[in-house]
Amino acid sequence: METLTLLSWAFDVTLGLTLMWLAWRALASEDLFKGIVLFIAFGLLMALAWVRLDAPDIALAEAAIGAGLTGALLLGALAKLEAGAESRSRRSEILPRPADKTKVFSGLLVFLLLALVVMLVYAIVKLPPLASGLSAQVAENITASGVSNPVTATLLNFRAYDTLLEMAVLLLAVLGIRSLAVVQEPRGREPGAVLDMLSHLLVPLLILVSGYLLWVGSYAAGGAFQAGAVLAATGVLLLLTGWLPGAWFVGWPLRFLLIFGLAVFVAVTLVLQLFGASFLEFPPSLAGSLILLIEVAAALSIGVTLTALFLGGRPQPEPPSSGRAEKRNTSGTQPS
Amino acid sequence: MSSDLFYALTGASLFTLGLYALIKHAHILRKILAINVMGSGVFLLLVALAAGGQQAFDPVPHAMVITGIVVAISATALALALMLRLREASGLAVLPDTSPEELSEQLPEAPSDVASKNNGKNA
Repeated sequence: METLTLLSWAFDVTLGLTLMWLAWRALASEDLFKGIVLFIAFGLLMALAWVRLDAPDIALAEAAIGAGLTGALLLGALAKLEAGAESRSRRSEILPRPADKTKVFSGLLVFLLLALVVMLVYAIVKLPPLASGLSAQVAENITASGVSNPVTATLLNFRAYDTLLEMAVLLLAVLGIRSLAVVQEPRGREPGAVLDMLSHLLVPLLILVSGYLLWVGSYAAGGAFQAGAVLAATGVLLLLTGWLPGAWFVGWPLRFLLIFGLAVFVAVTLVLQLFGASFLEFPPSLAGSLILLIEVAAALSIGVTLTALFLGGRPQPEPPSSGRAEKRNTSGTQPS
Repeated sequence: MSSDLFYALTGASLFTLGLYALIKHAHILRKILAINVMGSGVFLLLVALAAGGQQAFDPVPHAMVITGIVVAISATALALALMLRLREASGLAVLPDTSPEELSEQLPEAPSDVASKNNGKNA
Protein backbone atom coordinates (compact mmCIF):
# COMPACT_ATOMS: atom_id res chain seq x y z
CA MET A 1 0.00 0.00 0.00
CA GLU A 2 2.83 2.32 0.94
CA THR A 3 4.65 1.80 -2.35
CA LEU A 4 1.37 2.23 -4.23
CA THR A 5 0.71 5.70 -2.79
CA LEU A 6 4.34 6.59 -3.42
CA LEU A 7 3.97 5.44 -7.03
CA SER A 8 0.76 7.38 -7.59
CA TRP A 9 2.42 10.42 -6.03
CA ALA A 10 5.36 10.09 -8.37
CA PHE A 11 2.94 9.77 -11.27
CA ASP A 12 0.97 12.88 -10.26
CA VAL A 13 4.08 15.00 -9.83
CA THR A 14 5.52 13.81 -13.16
CA LEU A 15 2.24 14.51 -14.91
CA GLY A 16 1.90 17.97 -13.36
CA LEU A 17 5.44 18.98 -14.23
CA THR A 18 5.09 17.59 -17.77
CA LEU A 19 1.91 19.61 -18.21
CA MET A 20 3.72 22.76 -17.10
CA TRP A 21 6.67 22.06 -19.35
CA LEU A 22 4.49 21.28 -22.40
CA ALA A 23 2.45 24.44 -21.87
CA TRP A 24 5.64 26.47 -21.57
CA ARG A 25 7.18 24.96 -24.70
CA ALA A 26 3.92 25.30 -26.65
CA LEU A 27 3.74 29.00 -25.82
CA ALA A 28 7.44 29.83 -26.12
CA SER A 29 8.67 27.77 -29.09
CA GLU A 30 9.85 29.75 -32.10
CA ASP A 31 7.82 27.76 -34.58
CA LEU A 32 4.04 28.13 -34.46
CA PHE A 33 3.51 24.68 -35.96
CA LYS A 34 5.60 23.10 -33.23
CA GLY A 35 3.72 25.13 -30.64
CA ILE A 36 0.37 23.82 -31.86
CA VAL A 37 1.57 20.20 -31.90
CA LEU A 38 2.84 20.61 -28.35
CA PHE A 39 -0.51 22.13 -27.40
CA ILE A 40 -2.28 19.02 -28.73
CA ALA A 41 0.05 16.87 -26.61
CA PHE A 42 -0.79 19.14 -23.67
CA GLY A 43 -4.50 18.51 -24.25
CA LEU A 44 -4.00 14.75 -24.28
CA LEU A 45 -2.07 14.86 -21.02
CA MET A 46 -4.82 17.06 -19.57
CA ALA A 47 -7.19 14.19 -20.35
CA LEU A 48 -4.91 11.94 -18.31
CA ALA A 49 -5.02 14.45 -15.44
CA TRP A 50 -8.85 14.38 -15.57
CA VAL A 51 -8.74 10.61 -15.21
CA ARG A 52 -6.48 11.02 -12.18
CA LEU A 53 -9.04 13.44 -10.72
CA ASP A 54 -11.84 10.85 -11.16
CA ALA A 55 -13.50 12.82 -13.93
CA PRO A 56 -13.81 10.41 -16.88
CA ASP A 57 -16.57 12.48 -18.50
CA ILE A 58 -14.28 15.50 -18.70
CA ALA A 59 -11.42 13.29 -19.88
CA LEU A 60 -13.50 12.15 -22.85
CA ALA A 61 -14.57 15.69 -23.68
CA GLU A 62 -11.01 17.02 -23.32
CA ALA A 63 -9.46 14.31 -25.50
CA ALA A 64 -12.06 14.73 -28.25
CA ILE A 65 -12.66 18.49 -28.13
CA GLY A 66 -9.82 20.09 -26.19
CA ALA A 67 -7.01 18.16 -27.87
CA GLY A 68 -8.44 16.74 -31.10
CA LEU A 69 -10.79 19.31 -32.57
CA THR A 70 -9.06 22.40 -31.18
CA GLY A 71 -5.82 21.05 -32.61
CA ALA A 72 -7.43 20.50 -36.01
CA LEU A 73 -8.87 24.04 -35.90
CA LEU A 74 -5.50 25.57 -34.99
CA LEU A 75 -3.58 23.64 -37.64
CA GLY A 76 -6.19 24.53 -40.24
CA ALA A 77 -5.95 28.22 -39.35
CA LEU A 78 -2.14 28.08 -39.42
CA ALA A 79 -2.20 26.50 -42.87
CA LYS A 80 -4.49 29.29 -44.14
CA LEU A 81 -2.27 31.87 -42.45
CA GLU A 82 0.88 30.58 -44.10
CA ALA A 83 -0.67 29.97 -47.50
CA GLY A 84 0.20 32.90 -49.67
CA ALA A 85 2.80 34.72 -47.63
CA GLU A 86 5.22 32.45 -45.87
CA SER A 87 7.99 34.95 -45.32
CA ARG A 88 5.61 37.50 -43.92
CA SER A 89 4.15 35.23 -41.26
CA ARG A 90 7.62 34.21 -40.18
CA ARG A 91 8.60 37.82 -39.97
CA SER A 92 5.55 38.88 -38.03
CA GLU A 93 6.46 36.25 -35.49
CA ILE A 94 9.75 37.99 -34.69
CA LEU A 95 8.42 41.52 -34.68
CA PRO A 96 10.93 43.84 -33.08
CA ARG A 97 9.81 45.74 -30.03
CA PRO A 98 11.05 49.05 -28.73
CA ALA A 99 14.23 47.93 -26.98
CA ASP A 100 14.28 50.33 -24.04
CA LYS A 101 10.71 49.66 -23.01
CA THR A 102 10.90 45.87 -23.37
CA LYS A 103 13.34 45.18 -20.54
CA VAL A 104 11.56 47.31 -17.97
CA PHE A 105 8.19 45.97 -18.95
CA SER A 106 9.15 42.31 -18.94
CA GLY A 107 10.84 42.73 -15.57
CA LEU A 108 7.72 44.36 -14.16
CA LEU A 109 5.51 41.74 -15.79
CA VAL A 110 7.47 38.83 -14.36
CA PHE A 111 7.41 40.45 -10.93
CA LEU A 112 3.65 41.05 -11.02
CA LEU A 113 2.91 37.55 -12.25
CA LEU A 114 5.15 36.01 -9.59
CA ALA A 115 3.20 38.01 -7.02
CA LEU A 116 0.00 36.67 -8.57
CA VAL A 117 1.23 33.06 -8.29
CA VAL A 118 2.20 33.57 -4.66
CA MET A 119 -1.22 35.06 -3.88
CA LEU A 120 -3.04 32.27 -5.70
CA VAL A 121 -1.02 29.57 -3.94
CA TYR A 122 -1.63 31.25 -0.60
CA ALA A 123 -5.37 31.49 -1.30
CA ILE A 124 -5.59 27.85 -2.39
CA VAL A 125 -3.63 26.51 0.57
CA LYS A 126 -5.52 28.69 3.05
CA LEU A 127 -8.95 27.74 1.73
CA PRO A 128 -11.23 26.54 4.53
CA PRO A 129 -12.07 22.84 4.38
CA LEU A 130 -14.78 22.38 1.83
CA ALA A 131 -18.41 22.25 2.65
CA SER A 132 -20.17 19.17 1.36
CA GLY A 133 -20.65 20.68 -2.09
CA LEU A 134 -23.66 19.67 -4.09
CA SER A 135 -22.95 15.94 -4.33
CA ALA A 136 -25.50 15.12 -1.63
CA GLN A 137 -28.31 17.00 -3.38
CA VAL A 138 -27.44 15.39 -6.70
CA ALA A 139 -27.42 11.93 -5.10
CA GLU A 140 -30.80 12.58 -3.45
CA ASN A 141 -32.51 13.66 -6.65
CA ILE A 142 -30.81 11.33 -9.10
CA THR A 143 -33.80 8.99 -9.28
CA ALA A 144 -36.04 11.86 -10.40
CA SER A 145 -33.64 12.97 -13.12
CA GLY A 146 -34.30 10.11 -15.53
CA VAL A 147 -30.64 9.04 -15.89
CA SER A 148 -28.19 7.42 -13.49
CA ASN A 149 -24.95 9.14 -14.54
CA PRO A 150 -24.78 12.13 -12.17
CA VAL A 151 -22.83 14.27 -14.66
CA THR A 152 -25.42 13.73 -17.40
CA ALA A 153 -28.18 14.36 -14.86
CA THR A 154 -26.51 17.66 -13.94
CA LEU A 155 -25.93 18.69 -17.55
CA LEU A 156 -29.33 17.83 -18.94
CA ASN A 157 -31.62 18.17 -15.95
CA PHE A 158 -30.41 19.97 -12.81
CA ARG A 159 -28.43 22.58 -14.70
CA ALA A 160 -30.13 22.26 -18.08
CA TYR A 161 -29.95 26.03 -18.36
CA ASP A 162 -26.15 25.76 -18.84
CA THR A 163 -26.53 23.28 -21.66
CA LEU A 164 -29.28 25.29 -23.33
CA LEU A 165 -27.15 28.44 -23.31
CA GLU A 166 -24.11 26.45 -24.40
CA MET A 167 -25.97 25.28 -27.50
CA ALA A 168 -26.74 28.94 -28.13
CA VAL A 169 -23.05 29.83 -27.75
CA LEU A 170 -22.09 27.17 -30.30
CA LEU A 171 -24.71 28.50 -32.69
CA LEU A 172 -23.48 32.08 -32.19
CA ALA A 173 -19.88 31.04 -32.90
CA VAL A 174 -20.84 29.31 -36.12
CA LEU A 175 -22.99 32.29 -37.15
CA GLY A 176 -20.04 34.59 -36.53
CA ILE A 177 -17.73 32.44 -38.62
CA ARG A 178 -20.25 32.10 -41.42
CA SER A 179 -20.56 35.86 -41.60
CA LEU A 180 -16.78 36.38 -41.60
CA ALA A 181 -15.68 34.20 -44.49
CA VAL A 182 -16.85 32.31 -47.53
CA VAL A 183 -15.32 28.93 -48.23
CA GLN A 184 -15.14 27.72 -51.75
CA GLU A 185 -14.85 24.11 -52.54
CA PRO A 186 -11.25 23.16 -53.07
CA ARG A 187 -11.79 21.02 -56.12
CA GLY A 188 -9.70 18.06 -57.08
CA ARG A 189 -7.97 17.38 -53.79
CA GLU A 190 -6.80 13.77 -53.79
CA PRO A 191 -6.45 12.20 -50.35
CA GLY A 192 -3.90 9.53 -51.20
CA ALA A 193 -4.37 5.79 -50.89
CA VAL A 194 -3.71 5.36 -47.16
CA LEU A 195 -5.96 8.21 -46.00
CA ASP A 196 -8.63 7.13 -48.44
CA MET A 197 -8.69 3.54 -47.19
CA LEU A 198 -8.40 4.62 -43.55
CA SER A 199 -11.36 6.94 -43.89
CA HIS A 200 -13.44 4.13 -45.38
CA LEU A 201 -12.65 2.05 -42.31
CA LEU A 202 -12.87 4.80 -39.71
CA VAL A 203 -15.98 6.72 -40.68
CA PRO A 204 -18.52 3.93 -39.98
CA LEU A 205 -16.61 3.00 -36.84
CA LEU A 206 -16.60 6.60 -35.58
CA ILE A 207 -20.33 6.96 -36.19
CA LEU A 208 -20.86 3.76 -34.22
CA VAL A 209 -18.66 5.03 -31.38
CA SER A 210 -20.60 8.29 -31.36
CA GLY A 211 -23.90 6.45 -31.03
CA TYR A 212 -22.46 4.29 -28.27
CA LEU A 213 -21.20 7.30 -26.32
CA LEU A 214 -24.60 8.93 -26.64
CA TRP A 215 -26.41 5.88 -25.33
CA VAL A 216 -23.97 5.00 -22.57
CA GLY A 217 -24.06 8.60 -21.26
CA SER A 218 -27.24 7.91 -19.29
CA TYR A 219 -25.46 5.57 -16.88
CA ALA A 220 -21.68 5.89 -17.43
CA ALA A 221 -19.08 8.30 -18.76
CA GLY A 222 -20.27 9.72 -22.07
CA GLY A 223 -23.10 11.88 -23.32
CA ALA A 224 -24.20 14.33 -25.97
CA PHE A 225 -21.05 16.44 -26.01
CA GLN A 226 -18.65 13.55 -26.32
CA ALA A 227 -20.86 11.92 -28.96
CA GLY A 228 -21.11 15.20 -30.86
CA ALA A 229 -17.35 15.65 -30.70
CA VAL A 230 -16.72 12.18 -32.16
CA LEU A 231 -19.28 12.92 -34.87
CA ALA A 232 -17.43 16.16 -35.60
CA ALA A 233 -14.15 14.24 -35.81
CA THR A 234 -15.83 12.10 -38.46
CA GLY A 235 -16.83 15.23 -40.34
CA VAL A 236 -13.33 16.69 -40.13
CA LEU A 237 -11.84 13.42 -41.38
CA LEU A 238 -14.25 13.44 -44.32
CA LEU A 239 -13.39 17.06 -45.12
CA LEU A 240 -9.68 16.22 -45.00
CA THR A 241 -10.12 13.35 -47.43
CA GLY A 242 -11.66 15.73 -49.93
CA TRP A 243 -15.27 14.76 -49.37
CA LEU A 244 -17.57 17.72 -49.60
CA PRO A 245 -21.25 18.11 -48.86
CA GLY A 246 -23.28 18.35 -52.02
CA ALA A 247 -24.87 21.58 -53.15
CA TRP A 248 -28.25 20.39 -51.94
CA PHE A 249 -26.90 20.01 -48.41
CA VAL A 250 -25.21 23.32 -47.68
CA GLY A 251 -28.37 25.38 -47.96
CA TRP A 252 -31.41 24.68 -45.83
CA PRO A 253 -30.51 21.16 -44.65
CA LEU A 254 -27.25 22.40 -43.12
CA ARG A 255 -28.93 25.37 -41.46
CA PHE A 256 -31.64 23.07 -40.14
CA LEU A 257 -29.03 20.73 -38.61
CA LEU A 258 -27.15 23.68 -37.07
CA ILE A 259 -30.22 24.88 -35.13
CA PHE A 260 -31.77 21.43 -34.61
CA GLY A 261 -30.37 20.81 -31.10
CA LEU A 262 -31.29 24.22 -29.74
CA ALA A 263 -34.70 24.10 -31.43
CA VAL A 264 -35.59 20.69 -29.95
CA PHE A 265 -34.40 21.82 -26.52
CA VAL A 266 -36.51 24.98 -26.61
CA ALA A 267 -39.50 23.16 -28.10
CA VAL A 268 -39.45 20.50 -25.36
CA THR A 269 -39.35 23.10 -22.58
CA LEU A 270 -42.09 25.20 -24.20
CA VAL A 271 -44.40 22.21 -24.64
CA LEU A 272 -43.79 21.18 -21.03
CA GLN A 273 -44.54 24.73 -19.90
CA LEU A 274 -47.91 24.51 -21.66
CA PHE A 275 -48.65 21.54 -19.42
CA GLY A 276 -47.79 23.49 -16.31
CA ALA A 277 -44.16 22.63 -15.67
CA SER A 278 -41.79 25.46 -14.81
CA PHE A 279 -38.99 26.48 -17.19
CA LEU A 280 -36.65 23.54 -17.94
CA GLU A 281 -38.42 21.28 -15.48
CA PHE A 282 -38.83 17.70 -16.68
CA PRO A 283 -41.50 15.50 -15.06
CA PRO A 284 -39.67 12.50 -13.53
CA SER A 285 -41.73 9.90 -15.38
CA LEU A 286 -40.82 11.37 -18.77
CA ALA A 287 -37.39 12.74 -17.94
CA GLY A 288 -35.42 9.74 -19.25
CA SER A 289 -36.97 9.80 -22.72
CA LEU A 290 -36.96 13.59 -22.93
CA ILE A 291 -33.27 13.72 -22.05
CA LEU A 292 -32.53 11.08 -24.68
CA LEU A 293 -34.49 13.06 -27.28
CA ILE A 294 -32.68 16.30 -26.44
CA GLU A 295 -29.31 14.52 -26.37
CA VAL A 296 -29.80 12.94 -29.81
CA ALA A 297 -30.71 16.31 -31.31
CA ALA A 298 -27.92 18.06 -29.42
CA ALA A 299 -25.27 15.50 -30.44
CA LEU A 300 -26.26 15.84 -34.12
CA SER A 301 -26.17 19.62 -33.90
CA ILE A 302 -22.89 19.70 -31.99
CA GLY A 303 -21.27 17.37 -34.52
CA VAL A 304 -22.42 19.44 -37.49
CA THR A 305 -21.59 22.74 -35.75
CA LEU A 306 -18.05 21.72 -34.82
CA THR A 307 -17.46 20.45 -38.37
CA ALA A 308 -18.74 23.79 -39.67
CA LEU A 309 -16.33 25.56 -37.32
CA PHE A 310 -13.49 23.53 -38.87
CA LEU A 311 -14.68 24.43 -42.36
CA GLY A 312 -14.15 28.03 -41.23
CA GLY A 313 -16.75 29.87 -43.25
CA ARG A 314 -19.98 29.79 -45.17
CA PRO A 315 -19.74 27.05 -47.78
CA GLN A 316 -20.32 28.30 -51.28
CA PRO A 317 -21.57 25.41 -53.39
CA GLU A 318 -22.25 27.20 -56.66
CA PRO A 319 -19.39 28.26 -58.88
CA PRO A 320 -19.20 31.85 -57.66
CA SER A 321 -19.51 34.87 -59.90
CA SER A 322 -16.21 35.84 -61.49
CA GLY A 323 -15.72 39.13 -59.62
CA ARG A 324 -16.07 37.50 -56.25
CA ALA A 325 -13.79 34.64 -57.17
CA GLU A 326 -11.04 37.06 -58.16
CA LYS A 327 -11.33 39.00 -54.94
CA ARG A 328 -11.13 35.89 -52.80
CA ASN A 329 -8.23 34.50 -54.75
CA THR A 330 -6.11 37.59 -54.21
CA SER A 331 -6.93 37.72 -50.53
CA GLY A 332 -5.40 34.34 -49.88
CA THR A 333 -8.09 32.86 -47.68
CA GLN A 334 -8.60 29.97 -50.01
CA PRO A 335 -6.56 26.91 -49.12
CA SER A 336 -4.39 26.12 -52.07
CA MET B 1 -0.62 17.86 0.91
CA SER B 2 -2.96 15.71 -1.13
CA SER B 3 -2.67 15.09 -4.84
CA ASP B 4 -5.83 17.17 -5.39
CA LEU B 5 -4.09 20.15 -3.85
CA PHE B 6 -1.10 19.51 -6.10
CA TYR B 7 -3.35 19.57 -9.19
CA ALA B 8 -4.99 22.76 -7.92
CA LEU B 9 -1.56 24.42 -7.66
CA THR B 10 -0.67 23.12 -11.13
CA GLY B 11 -3.88 24.74 -12.40
CA ALA B 12 -2.97 28.07 -10.82
CA SER B 13 0.53 27.92 -12.35
CA LEU B 14 -0.86 27.06 -15.80
CA PHE B 15 -3.19 30.06 -15.55
CA THR B 16 -0.32 32.40 -14.75
CA LEU B 17 1.88 30.89 -17.44
CA GLY B 18 -0.87 31.46 -19.99
CA LEU B 19 -1.38 35.02 -18.77
CA TYR B 20 2.33 35.74 -19.20
CA ALA B 21 2.33 34.40 -22.76
CA LEU B 22 -0.87 36.29 -23.54
CA ILE B 23 0.74 39.60 -22.60
CA LYS B 24 4.18 38.82 -23.95
CA HIS B 25 3.53 37.54 -27.48
CA ALA B 26 2.25 39.74 -30.24
CA HIS B 27 1.14 37.02 -32.64
CA ILE B 28 -2.60 36.40 -32.37
CA LEU B 29 -2.39 32.63 -32.86
CA ARG B 30 -0.08 32.44 -29.87
CA LYS B 31 -2.43 34.62 -27.83
CA ILE B 32 -5.24 32.17 -28.67
CA LEU B 33 -3.05 29.26 -27.51
CA ALA B 34 -2.29 31.19 -24.32
CA ILE B 35 -5.98 31.79 -23.58
CA ASN B 36 -6.62 28.08 -24.05
CA VAL B 37 -3.85 27.21 -21.59
CA MET B 38 -5.32 29.71 -19.11
CA GLY B 39 -8.71 28.07 -19.52
CA SER B 40 -7.26 24.62 -18.90
CA GLY B 41 -5.65 25.96 -15.73
CA VAL B 42 -8.97 27.31 -14.48
CA PHE B 43 -10.76 24.03 -15.23
CA LEU B 44 -8.06 22.05 -13.45
CA LEU B 45 -8.26 24.35 -10.42
CA LEU B 46 -12.05 24.12 -10.27
CA VAL B 47 -12.23 20.32 -10.43
CA ALA B 48 -9.22 19.73 -8.17
CA LEU B 49 -10.60 22.03 -5.47
CA ALA B 50 -14.00 20.35 -5.69
CA ALA B 51 -12.38 16.90 -5.42
CA GLY B 52 -10.33 17.82 -2.36
CA GLY B 53 -11.63 16.94 1.06
CA GLN B 54 -14.77 15.02 0.29
CA GLN B 55 -15.50 11.39 -0.30
CA ALA B 56 -18.28 11.39 -2.90
CA PHE B 57 -17.35 13.21 -6.10
CA ASP B 58 -19.29 16.33 -6.92
CA PRO B 59 -20.75 16.15 -10.45
CA VAL B 60 -21.66 19.84 -10.67
CA PRO B 61 -18.13 21.20 -11.29
CA HIS B 62 -17.58 18.34 -13.76
CA ALA B 63 -20.65 19.35 -15.73
CA MET B 64 -19.54 23.00 -15.63
CA VAL B 65 -16.10 22.11 -16.96
CA ILE B 66 -17.57 20.06 -19.84
CA THR B 67 -19.71 23.07 -20.70
CA GLY B 68 -16.60 25.24 -20.41
CA ILE B 69 -14.60 23.07 -22.81
CA VAL B 70 -17.29 23.38 -25.48
CA VAL B 71 -17.55 27.14 -24.96
CA ALA B 72 -13.74 27.39 -25.17
CA ILE B 73 -13.61 25.68 -28.56
CA SER B 74 -16.42 27.95 -29.83
CA ALA B 75 -14.50 31.03 -28.74
CA THR B 76 -11.26 29.64 -30.20
CA ALA B 77 -12.87 28.97 -33.57
CA LEU B 78 -14.37 32.46 -33.70
CA ALA B 79 -11.06 34.04 -32.67
CA LEU B 80 -9.22 32.13 -35.40
CA ALA B 81 -11.74 33.30 -38.00
CA LEU B 82 -11.31 36.90 -36.80
CA MET B 83 -7.53 36.50 -36.99
CA LEU B 84 -7.72 35.30 -40.60
CA ARG B 85 -10.04 38.20 -41.44
CA LEU B 86 -7.58 40.65 -39.84
CA ARG B 87 -4.74 39.16 -41.86
CA GLU B 88 -6.83 39.57 -44.97
CA ALA B 89 -7.53 43.21 -44.15
CA SER B 90 -4.18 44.36 -42.77
CA GLY B 91 -1.65 41.80 -43.94
CA LEU B 92 -0.47 41.02 -40.42
CA ALA B 93 -1.66 38.55 -37.81
CA VAL B 94 -0.17 40.38 -34.85
CA LEU B 95 -1.33 42.89 -32.29
CA PRO B 96 1.79 45.06 -32.14
CA ASP B 97 2.73 47.46 -29.37
CA THR B 98 3.54 50.10 -31.90
CA SER B 99 1.30 52.09 -34.17
CA PRO B 100 0.94 50.91 -37.79
CA GLU B 101 3.14 53.76 -39.08
CA GLU B 102 6.01 52.88 -36.76
CA LEU B 103 5.54 49.28 -37.69
CA SER B 104 6.00 49.87 -41.39
CA GLU B 105 9.16 51.86 -40.60
CA GLN B 106 10.56 49.00 -38.56
CA LEU B 107 9.85 46.40 -41.23
CA PRO B 108 11.38 47.96 -44.31
CA GLU B 109 10.22 45.68 -47.08
CA ALA B 110 7.64 43.30 -45.71
CA PRO B 111 4.42 45.16 -45.08
CA SER B 112 5.20 47.88 -47.59
CA ASP B 113 3.81 45.82 -50.47
CA VAL B 114 0.84 44.95 -48.29
CA ALA B 115 0.37 48.58 -47.30
CA SER B 116 0.54 49.76 -50.87
CA LYS B 117 -1.90 47.04 -51.87
CA ASN B 118 -4.29 48.08 -49.16
CA ASN B 119 -3.94 51.72 -50.07
CA GLY B 120 -4.71 50.83 -53.62
CA LYS B 121 -7.76 48.92 -52.46
CA ASN B 122 -9.00 51.80 -50.35
CA ALA B 123 -8.40 54.44 -52.96
